[in-house]
Amino acid sequence: MTTFETVIGLEVHLQLKTKTKIFCGCLNEFGSAPNTNVCPVCLGLPGTLPVLNRRVLEYGMKVGLALNCSINSFVKFDRKNYFYPDLPKGYQISQFDFPIAKLGFLDILVDGKEKRIGITRAHLEEDAGKLIHDTVNACTLVDYNRTGTPLIEIVSEPDLRSSQEAYDYLTGLKLILSYLNVSDCDMEKGSLRCDANVSIRPLGQIKLGTKAELKNLNSFSAVKRAIDFEVARQTTVILSGGSIVQETLLWDEAKGRTVSMRSKEQAHDYRYFPEPDLVPFIIKSDVIENMRQSLPELPQAKLSRFVSAYKLSTYDAGILIQDQSLADFFETCAKSYPDTKKIANWINGPILKEMNERKLGLTQLHLSPLNLVKLITRVEDGTISNIAAKDLLSDIVLTAKDADVLIAEKGIAQVSDDAALEKIVDELLAQNQKTVQEILSGKTTALGFLVGQAMKKTQGKANPKKLNDIFTRRLHHA
Amino acid sequence: MNLFDLTANEILKKIQCSELKPSALKAAIIERNSLVNPKTNAFIRTPDAVTILNTDGDVLPVGIKDNICIKGHLTTCGSRILDGFRPPYDACVVEKLRGAGNVIFGGLNMDEFAFGSSCETSFYGPSRNPWDLSRVPGGSSGGSAAAVAAGQVVWALGSDTGGSIRQPASFCGIVGLKPTYGRVSRYGLIAFGSSLDQIGPLTKDVTDCALLLNVIGGFDPRDSTSMDVAVPDYTQALTKDVKGLRIGIPKEYFIDGIQPEVLTAVNKAIEVLKGQGALIVPLSLPHTEYAVATYYIVATAEASSNLARFDGVEFGLRAMPSVPRKSSLLDMYEETRAQGFGNEAKRRIMLGTYVLSSGYYEAYYLRAQKVRTLIKQDFDKAFNECDVIISPTSPTTSFKIGEKMDDPIAMYLSDIFTIPANLAGIPAISIPCGFDSASLPIGLQFMAKPFAEETVLRAAYAYEQATPWHERRAVL
Repeated sequence: MTTFETVIGLEVHLQLKTKTKIFCGCLNEFGSAPNTNVCPVCLGLPGTLPVLNRRVLEYGMKVGLALNCSINSFVKFDRKNYFYPDLPKGYQISQFDFPIAKLGFLDILVDGKEKRIGITRAHLEEDAGKLIHDTVNACTLVDYNRTGTPLIEIVSEPDLRSSQEAYDYLTGLKLILSYLNVSDCDMEKGSLRCDANVSIRPLGQIKLGTKAELKNLNSFSAVKRAIDFEVARQTTVILSGGSIVQETLLWDEAKGRTVSMRSKEQAHDYRYFPEPDLVPFIIKSDVIENMRQSLPELPQAKLSRFVSAYKLSTYDAGILIQDQSLADFFETCAKSYPDTKKIANWINGPILKEMNERKLGLTQLHLSPLNLVKLITRVEDGTISNIAAKDLLSDIVLTAKDADVLIAEKGIAQVSDDAALEKIVDELLAQNQKTVQEILSGKTTALGFLVGQAMKKTQGKANPKKLNDIFTRRLHHA
Repeated sequence: MNLFDLTANEILKKIQCSELKPSALKAAIIERNSLVNPKTNAFIRTPDAVTILNTDGDVLPVGIKDNICIKGHLTTCGSRILDGFRPPYDACVVEKLRGAGNVIFGGLNMDEFAFGSSCETSFYGPSRNPWDLSRVPGGSSGGSAAAVAAGQVVWALGSDTGGSIRQPASFCGIVGLKPTYGRVSRYGLIAFGSSLDQIGPLTKDVTDCALLLNVIGGFDPRDSTSMDVAVPDYTQALTKDVKGLRIGIPKEYFIDGIQPEVLTAVNKAIEVLKGQGALIVPLSLPHTEYAVATYYIVATAEASSNLARFDGVEFGLRAMPSVPRKSSLLDMYEETRAQGFGNEAKRRIMLGTYVLSSGYYEAYYLRAQKVRTLIKQDFDKAFNECDVIISPTSPTTSFKIGEKMDDPIAMYLSDIFTIPANLAGIPAISIPCGFDSASLPIGLQFMAKPFAEETVLRAAYAYEQATPWHERRAVL
């Protein structure tokens, strides 16, 4: 039986979160009342002209550089012509033969090994409006707020070989993009959209199979499911002697299958030509170089540095770098507290748990790095127990109170005073002669009962380790 | 002399020394319009007190071609498809005119979307030439030229993509200037060929032309193709002095097929300038013969895309077929555009769509762009040898209404001498240089290098002041 290889290339559309739109001064904002962020220019009214938003170009360069692309210093826009009611001018201003960035790559981990996924190109363009189908009145309405939202389309090489690789590529891409702070990367809001080109070929064959383009993929997991479905479909078609037709398919998430949208014959001829309303220009090389220098440290580099500089495991560092605010928080803590492993454990454990439970970002929690260090220190010096510290964290993230203040307020400092504890131990030993006998005859687990009683008497404030020590000492010297 | 015959310069002087009241002028203009617009059809909609938009202190009645947006005022490009369209904003040039004491008269007739050389393709009926009402005023800014020549406005704005200011100016015996591409903001000009379009003045004489260019010229941040080049006071170029000015005579513009009276008048004009001390430089612009073909590829390609927005969705006409054909959306698109566009617009949209189509793009559009570069280089070389190039504006004087409507190629060739300036982006002016045996005006064209409007104005003014042509008025 023939074994098939899956070949996937992804096209990611990313809305850039500039303050204003790409070719006019309207606010670039999600969620406003319909048709409020509009002006004659983005409405495509006759006589209006586009003017390029400088910030869009900067964001485009950032994305290109972060994806190891070369930047086209010759900046040129083109018109992509097609009719649709969400496209007021009847053409989309895009970049055809001179994308802002080209020939880059992104590394992903496949079976623990790095695999390099090529980036063909990334180009700037304007988003279209949004059609709202009113089923009650059987009509379609257009909201032009989204019209002119800056987009960058990132096209990968057909280097991905499985739906998992596609998923990992998207995750990696999103992480880099979030570091650049150029987009919300929110698939639910449509600020990140993905189309997948999928084909299969007999293993070993060089020539690519006929591809199908999958659209309407609304989450990374939908991308994965749709690819799996499509690969299975194509395999069945070929094995039953058929051949794949080049077409565009829509993923139906509810039904878990794809439906044909249009075939190659119905494909548009977009009649690209240079946009005469925007004059091409050259970006000076020092501008590009400055942009490269000003890029933030990217996830991959941060991971390596955390492992080498802080002696973290790849696993721990890997969690920290998933969220830039976690990584920054970690580094601030590490400046005033030497046990980096312990900090990482606190962040990757209880703090992440707080974030997940409350569905909040780290910056929304009222936790300062210094307060965390204080908390860790109080556990270490025996003032509070580990369990008490975790409870305290829940209070801190809500109230922003200083750890020491909270310990005092709640009166939960552990009783580590030997004299006080010895008094309690002596009392308990006197009251529980039977248990003492059991312990001395070898039933050491009974010690736990005594420690528990002691904790009860101190309302949990006793340092359990210390109690254990005193009990053991007293019993053996009795 | 009638008030409506005065130039803007004369009016300003009279108002300054209190010989004329703006209200009297406005009344005279309104009266003139009610009298002659039925004859010329220069205005699609006869301007009346209601449609005139002005504020106190605005003096000069300026006519605006129907493709330049005036806030709240019907702006239809002479097309049915923009029926009822009132822009919510002013074009940059309209803003500037308002700020410079002009009373805005909108809705000057034009060939539909500026597609034509006779003003006959307007959905609102042809305009007529004030010198002979059976003849065309030229186009596409035919309404603008006719209105100025008939005294319906003091001066007017037109747009020029391949000669649409200069050819009608020539046909109507007035002055028309196409500025350097980038001299005047296109913001608010409903686009035909974006890389060629330029707004410019149509005036009774060269002085007014300089005055109006002073008002409308300059950089506009809303138009990325407008250039940040300082606007001089163009009236300073009006010195009558052309001594030593090198005037180039391109042999490709003096060819068989030109109406003999036109050729004679232009040659006489050359003699006049020579007599004033200008130096005559014979030269060649070898790629001229490809200009018309190049133009009809580039301009229609851009037009096919620029006109895509007229789809019935957002503004203007929306139509549905009485019997459903395809999807309701496709039905709406097709019926709206079928009803909304006239034949010439459809012809150009189809031509432009064709030359941009996959498989034809390289052979047509791309090649045309290369030839365009060659034509521009012809001019670059020529302007090393001369300061200004002289030629007829049009091979003929005005033709009869209907004469060329069935022969698009003959119509296209009437722009043979004006198109190269648009392809090269250089300034060019047309001024009157005589009359033919049918008493129809003949036009003379001067072209200069980019942003050398002062040079064309200087040459034009020197010639004008030595000849009586600009003083003649059409009798209506």
